[in-house]
Amino acid sequence: MEFQPISGIWAIVAMSLKVTGMFTVLMLVVAYTTLAERRVSAWIQDRHGPNRVGPFGLLQPIADGLKSLLKEETVPATASRVFFVLAPMLVLAPALVTFAVIPFAAPLPTPAGVVDMIVADIPIGILYVLAFSSLAVYGVVLGGWASNNKYAFLGALRASAQMVSYEVALGLSLITVLMLAGNVTLTEIVWQQQQLGMWFAFPLSLAFILFVISAFAETNRLPFDMAEAESELITGYHTEYSAMKFSAFMIGEFGHMVTASALMATLFLGGWDLPGTWDNAFWYDGQLIKGFAADGTVVLASPALWKTLATFGGFAAKTGFFLLLFIWIRWTLPRFRYDQVMALGWKVMLPTALAYVMLIGGSILVLDEVGVPWGFSYGAALTAVSTVATVGFVFFLDRGRTITGAAAQYAQKVEVKTISQPASAGD
Amino acid sequence: MAISVKVMHRPEPETTSYLRAALSGMALTFKHMVNPAAVTQQYPEEQTDLSPRWRGTHRMEVHADGRPKCVACGLCPTVCPANCIRLVGGEDDQGNRYPVVYEIDEFRCIFCGMCQEVCPVEAIHVGRHFENAEYTRDRFIYDLDRLMEQDHPVTLLWDPSDPRGE
Repeated sequence: MEFQPISGIWAIVAMSLKVTGMFTVLMLVVAYTTLAERRVSAWIQDRHGPNRVGPFGLLQPIADGLKSLLKEETVPATASRVFFVLAPMLVLAPALVTFAVIPFAAPLPTPAGVVDMIVADIPIGILYVLAFSSLAVYGVVLGGWASNNKYAFLGALRASAQMVSYEVALGLSLITVLMLAGNVTLTEIVWQQQQLGMWFAFPLSLAFILFVISAFAETNRLPFDMAEAESELITGYHTEYSAMKFSAFMIGEFGHMVTASALMATLFLGGWDLPGTWDNAFWYDGQLIKGFAADGTVVLASPALWKTLATFGGFAAKTGFFLLLFIWIRWTLPRFRYDQVMALGWKVMLPTALAYVMLIGGSILVLDEVGVPWGFSYGAALTAVSTVATVGFVFFLDRGRTITGAAAQYAQKVEVKTISQPASAGD
Repeated sequence: MAISVKVMHRPEPETTSYLRAALSGMALTFKHMVNPAAVTQQYPEEQTDLSPRWRGTHRMEVHADGRPKCVACGLCPTVCPANCIRLVGGEDDQGNRYPVVYEIDEFRCIFCGMCQEVCPVEAIHVGRHFENAEYTRDRFIYDLDRLMEQDHPVTLLWDPSDPRGE
């Protein structure tokens, strides 16, 4: 049976449905992530969390949204009005737009043709993600600056420095993925993971760790929430925001979390790929193929509705796992000190990522020269190399030489002193 | 006396553990997350077991024919340390004394329970009940009818010969 990509008027219909559906699902996931954060934090602290609105508190996000809409919008008298209003939009939009290039399920066969389960399969995939996720920093900086508030401005400064710093490590850890996949399209990255027979989290374990850490910093989540730092900066860049504009910042933050989770799932955990080759599907030379036979001929894929649903479930589970990780870590680890954040970013993440790019690049070169075929043995060899690198990195990081502040590193050894005073009459 | 100054050393970089400590913290929070001990009591659904000697909202006992048991002897306003009971006694044509006005200001009341202790006919009681929130302040002055309407269990008085209530 021959499968053709959907075309003509039906392609437009399918595209509209995908855009609408994904926007709805993304907003719902964001809303329920806020609820999940509150419930999970409550469980971690032996509490119940919001459980009053609807069954198990499931209507709480709707109540929160309604409340935000009904609250008064305040604009500080000295604020720069245009930028003050613009900032929440600048945070919100990239968080929602980025999801467009992430494939979320196996292609779906319809009578009119096969529909790719991705909103925009553009050939610059990752670059688009990086470009738009960097845009979010403008919203944060503008929000802090336009508020005309010292704390907001400090938060914005910190956020921008931090996001720019970790973007470097994020991009460098991505480079290994791109080198291994040989492409920047996210559909092809998923396809290469299917062909390799293992998810990139194994052959690129150190890049995975670096990417997860950087993603935490990029999304301004604890332990990297320098931008908010309630105990130091009130709430940083959104101190002056109220009502729906504040909600927009929160939706933006959680939207970034969801997008970052989906991205980590796609890059390192195979995206919508499930174990086994039954779900593999990729457009190759105008044909939807499952893989290549030993003699190089293509094996055609057989997409089906149940495969699409199952792979979507797999994608949702992986994304959900990362969302839970975000929440779990937030309610476990305390905030870094600012100098520690910068030390970790520039002294640990950047050199490690650079060295790892060299290591993986060299390994790929050697493997290609030796002539190891792209497949399980190729992945296993890289896994061995990466495991050594990861163990070394973890051992080094665990000793904390680099994150310990300068004050502690060079602290003078002071002995315990006992000052004795003669007992006075008053005692 | 000696004043001692203890200088706290930060742990040496060589002996500190960052990732292991973070991971053990994660394990701890995960243990709590999957098994929340849930010490919170879900109050409106789950009620606390009040002690038998809990002293809360007042209640006036009534005879079978609906009259209050109170004989307006005046002991409870006399003994009340917070002066929250207002009693005006009257006498009917058979010579029985009854309360014409009997009001308790629940705001002034300190719930000591001495009115119940002193009552010779076991008419006024403090009760095992505390949910007496109202929308207006004047609703907190309970008149005789309101005291007679209360139907919560009454407080068990402390018995000096059996201090533990056994």
